[in-house]
Amino acid sequence: MGDSATFEFVVGHANYWLFSVLMMTGLYVVVARGNLVKKIVGLNMFQTSVFMLYISMGRVDGGTAPIFPVDMEIDPAVIYSNPLPHVLILTAIVVGIATTALGLSLIIRIREEFGTIEEDDILVAERILAAEDDKAHGEAMGGRT
Amino acid sequence: MATEAAHHTAMSLAEQLPVLQVLVPFLAAPLIVFVGHRGLAWLVAFVTSAAAFVIAGLMLGQVIGGGVIYYHIGGWAPPLGIEYRVDATNAFVLLLVSGISTIVLPYARQSVASEIPLRHHALFYACYMLCLTGLLGVVVTGDAFNVFVFLEISSLSTYVLVAQGSHRDKRALTAAYDYLIMGTIGATFFVIGLGMLYMATGTLNMADLAARIASQGANRTVIAAFGFIVVGMGLKAALYPLHLWLPNAYTYAPSAVTSFLAATATKVAIYVLMRFMFSVFQPAFLFEGNTLEFLIMPLAVMAMFAASVIAIFQTDLKRLLAYSSIAQIGYMLLGIGMLSQTGLTAAIVHLFNHGITKAALFMGVGALVFRTGGSFFDRVQGMGKTMPWTSGAIVIGGLSLIGVPGTAGFVSKWYLVQGALEKGWWPVAVLIVVSSLLAVIYVWQIIEALYLQAPAKDIPAGEAPATMLIPMWIMALACIYFGLATDITLGAAQAAAQGLLAGSSGMLSH
Repeated sequence: MGDSATFEFVVGHANYWLFSVLMMTGLYVVVARGNLVKKIVGLNMFQTSVFMLYISMGRVDGGTAPIFPVDMEIDPAVIYSNPLPHVLILTAIVVGIATTALGLSLIIRIREEFGTIEEDDILVAERILAAEDDKAHGEAMGGRT
Repeated sequence: MATEAAHHTAMSLAEQLPVLQVLVPFLAAPLIVFVGHRGLAWLVAFVTSAAAFVIAGLMLGQVIGGGVIYYHIGGWAPPLGIEYRVDATNAFVLLLVSGISTIVLPYARQSVASEIPLRHHALFYACYMLCLTGLLGVVVTGDAFNVFVFLEISSLSTYVLVAQGSHRDKRALTAAYDYLIMGTIGATFFVIGLGMLYMATGTLNMADLAARIASQGANRTVIAAFGFIVVGMGLKAALYPLHLWLPNAYTYAPSAVTSFLAATATKVAIYVLMRFMFSVFQPAFLFEGNTLEFLIMPLAVMAMFAASVIAIFQTDLKRLLAYSSIAQIGYMLLGIGMLSQTGLTAAIVHLFNHGITKAALFMGVGALVFRTGGSFFDRVQGMGKTMPWTSGAIVIGGLSLIGVPGTAGFVSKWYLVQGALEKGWWPVAVLIVVSSLLAVIYVWQIIEALYLQAPAKDIPAGEAPATMLIPMWIMALACIYFGLATDITLGAAQAAAQGLLAGSSGMLSH
């Protein structure tokens, strides 16, 4: 009995497991990957996990797609899924696309100026710049290193 | 239905103020792109921003006595439709944001001309308008998801504005990229929090959320939502350990952008934090009281000290001020963490006072950059003689940053100390005073460099142009004015604090 309750819990919360795993994977990719494009991909996974959380949240047991029949004769017995989270996520997807596009265009500019899109190489270049600043203007504390 | 219809036909322009607040700058952005001419672009941006300022002023006049304006977008009533909701708290922040924008724009004209290539000017002002739209929208809306949408409008345009500094220093690009990654993580955390709130309550209207959370009490979903929202907004507000994007973004962004952002962007995030902590969630909940006292307060105190100490050891004036901003955000969070009328009043007053102080300072530094070509101490030293007006404004801003009596900074710190003493937290009061001494050190370094050292050899002499000096001095004089005539700021802040501390009942006065 206990086993089946556990099974129910695991399967019944499948969307939450998926959300958690995808979210943490995305966040890990953002943090752990040195390639700027891969970071953006990680960010996309992270955002997609949230989209899935919202979309699965709108589901109603036995509910069908929330589209009224053309003749508008609505059968009160029919259950519809909640369309609101889906609509919200349409907006969030647009925001996500804009973020990705902006991130990628920034990467193009970074590539033009630094000649690389690897974070380690950029950090080296920035350390050299910071050292030049320090040499010209005196030692400073803090910064991006 | 009949009254509803009558209501709609009776709508005059004055009743449309809340939506015009957002719509005017929003429509100005594409208009600027279509116009394309750089002189006209600036003019459109300035007129738009001034109009937004007038709208914010009119709305503050309506709600300062404790009233609330409700506006239903497209006539759809909440919770189905999106509601704009203006009370003393957001009207005050709206006035700050639109006011700073209107004063920074005349300054931006020449500053931008010297820092950004000509062909980008029209697009720059379009982005600036979008950023203003986003910031105003975040503040004016009463719908939680709408906050996210506007937040991303402002953030995305902010990343672009920061990246415009790449023509002076290519590190602006990596600063913008870092800001984009961290800002997006913050915004996504915020949306996760909203999703959990929606799961727990079935609504996204802030007033509805407040009522349902108040009646059903806290559960684990609500607590998790609170955590996600605080962390997400903390990232946007540069709450101490989440501030890493800020120093580089402020240092490498164009001077006009830094002046605008430093005075508005983090302040708007602090506003959202306050709105959610006090109006949506109940301050009476134990988990929230604990978060404020055992997490936000210690982090705020750490920010006050750590960031101030790092500021002392900077050789770049702009970066010094960026670190000082992190410390000053600490003061605001400290006031919020006190969870009392006085503490919250101090936080809101400081939000305003620090906004005008930092605007004056960053504009001053921008003028130094305009003349000397850099903001490092060894470039700007000795400018007290060749640029007396710019240096004077920086000194006044610096004094306000320390909190010298007679300046705006004093008023907010005075209230902050009082708030701490009211609670019997005298060690906190001592810490506020001691951290102000750290501000004395870094402000003294600025004064020493400007007045007591000889200028570098190759620096062209001459004061900044009047278009830069006048906005700078409006801000500097505002620092003094709001330090002496405290009625306006304190009155509005007290009304705002009262509304926030009333919790959900403050949201439900209709």
